[in-house]
Amino acid sequence: MSGGVFMLVAARDLRLAGRRRFEALLPVVFFIVAASLFPLGVGPEPQVLRQIAPGVVWVCALLAAMLSLNTLFASDHQDGSLEQMLLSRHSTIMVAAGKALAHWLLTGLPLILAAPVLGVLFDMHTQSILTMVAGLVLGTPVLSLLGSIGAALTLGLRSGGVLILLLVLPLCIPVLIFGAGAVGSVDVGLSAAGHLSLLGALLLLALVAAPPAAAAALRISMS
Amino acid sequence: MRTAVWAATGCWRGRVGSAKSRALPSIHVGNRPISAPASLVALNVSCRRGEEWLFRDFSFSIQPGELVWLRGQNGSGKTSLLRIAAGLSRPEGGTVTVSGGRPGAYIGHANALKDDLTVTESLAFLARLHGLECPSQRINAALRTLAIHHRRHAFVRTLSQGQRRRVALARLALEHEPSLWILDEPFDALDTQGIEAVNQLLAAHLARRGSVFLTSHLALSLPDTPVSELEFPAGAPP
Repeated sequence: MSGGVFMLVAARDLRLAGRRRFEALLPVVFFIVAASLFPLGVGPEPQVLRQIAPGVVWVCALLAAMLSLNTLFASDHQDGSLEQMLLSRHSTIMVAAGKALAHWLLTGLPLILAAPVLGVLFDMHTQSILTMVAGLVLGTPVLSLLGSIGAALTLGLRSGGVLILLLVLPLCIPVLIFGAGAVGSVDVGLSAAGHLSLLGALLLLALVAAPPAAAAALRISMS
Repeated sequence: MRTAVWAATGCWRGRVGSAKSRALPSIHVGNRPISAPASLVALNVSCRRGEEWLFRDFSFSIQPGELVWLRGQNGSGKTSLLRIAAGLSRPEGGTVTVSGGRPGAYIGHANALKDDLTVTESLAFLARLHGLECPSQRINAALRTLAIHHRRHAFVRTLSQGQRRRVALARLALEHEPSLWILDEPFDALDTQGIEAVNQLLAAHLARRGSVFLTSHLALSLPDTPVSELEFPAGAPP
């Protein structure tokens, strides 16, 4: 039954995003535009671009994911939908998980799809691009899950958008390090398995811990 | 309308027979005992906003088949009390016990509708969220009850305030359990026809031994339906 509300909330958020396509596309547009500025700023040297590419792509992905976090629960809070979700017979944990899933599908997944294009832009090798995509597949859900905690904690607060960044960005540093490190390892001829395994471990940890934490934060924020 | 004013000031500061005991037959709330399993029992409930006490040691109960109209001035804490009763807020002190653990329906000031969903989609989402079976015929019937059926395919953003309220209240027409309904100003923005439709829903719910706890700045017009008034003093007690 609670699994039902997980899909119910996620499907509703996807439907709403489908009806506001421009807003839904903003994170991926920001991701592409921000990453595209770096070659203009640091110059067209292929070696330099190849060297900074993993870090640039991951930082831009991180910022793009943060961009839409402040609206994760805010609109439902404003129109009263969140009250109904908390009062439903379903688990609030599943509600929080459903919201995080929708956020990842709307933000993380488009970033993953756009990342190879940026890889080509930065003259990355095919193997590096594949590793970067694998890292994003494992890392972007962590960003959404951690972001859901920050969004729930800052719900209804003034300057909530800035507070989310201050709360969530430090928690995302390991994802950034292991994600960029995986591509760096491949670039110097080493295996990326260690970094990707750690990203996988972070994902498992976030999957287990983030929805209950976000649910508890929602209850605190609403009361 | 038969009006029974009870516990107006008597329950203020919690004149409860036995606050420590949870055995319902021994508890008196205001000047009446809680006999049958109550829909809601609030014992010594206190609420604070910042440093200011909205209310302290407030006690009351709602029995099955009873409608309690919470009355009070603006800012007296009516909405806060409703939110505590619904389980959305924690009281500073005291306990609230709702039969079944949670109210069957809570409709606050906000209508819980999304601008970019249609009327039918919005109501179906709310129904499924609350675990109600919602074939389209039932959704349509509920909308027809509130006379908003003709806008069922319209986006919520195109509705007037009164029409939005009707859609939110149409959820009540989907409920058939004798549960507790908590309604915060349900008649807001409704016209005469809308108020009549809601009154009929309330009467039908009370007839099946459901109970209602509501606030309204409009006088209730429920012929043949007993209404208990709960006066809510403004300001903090000394």
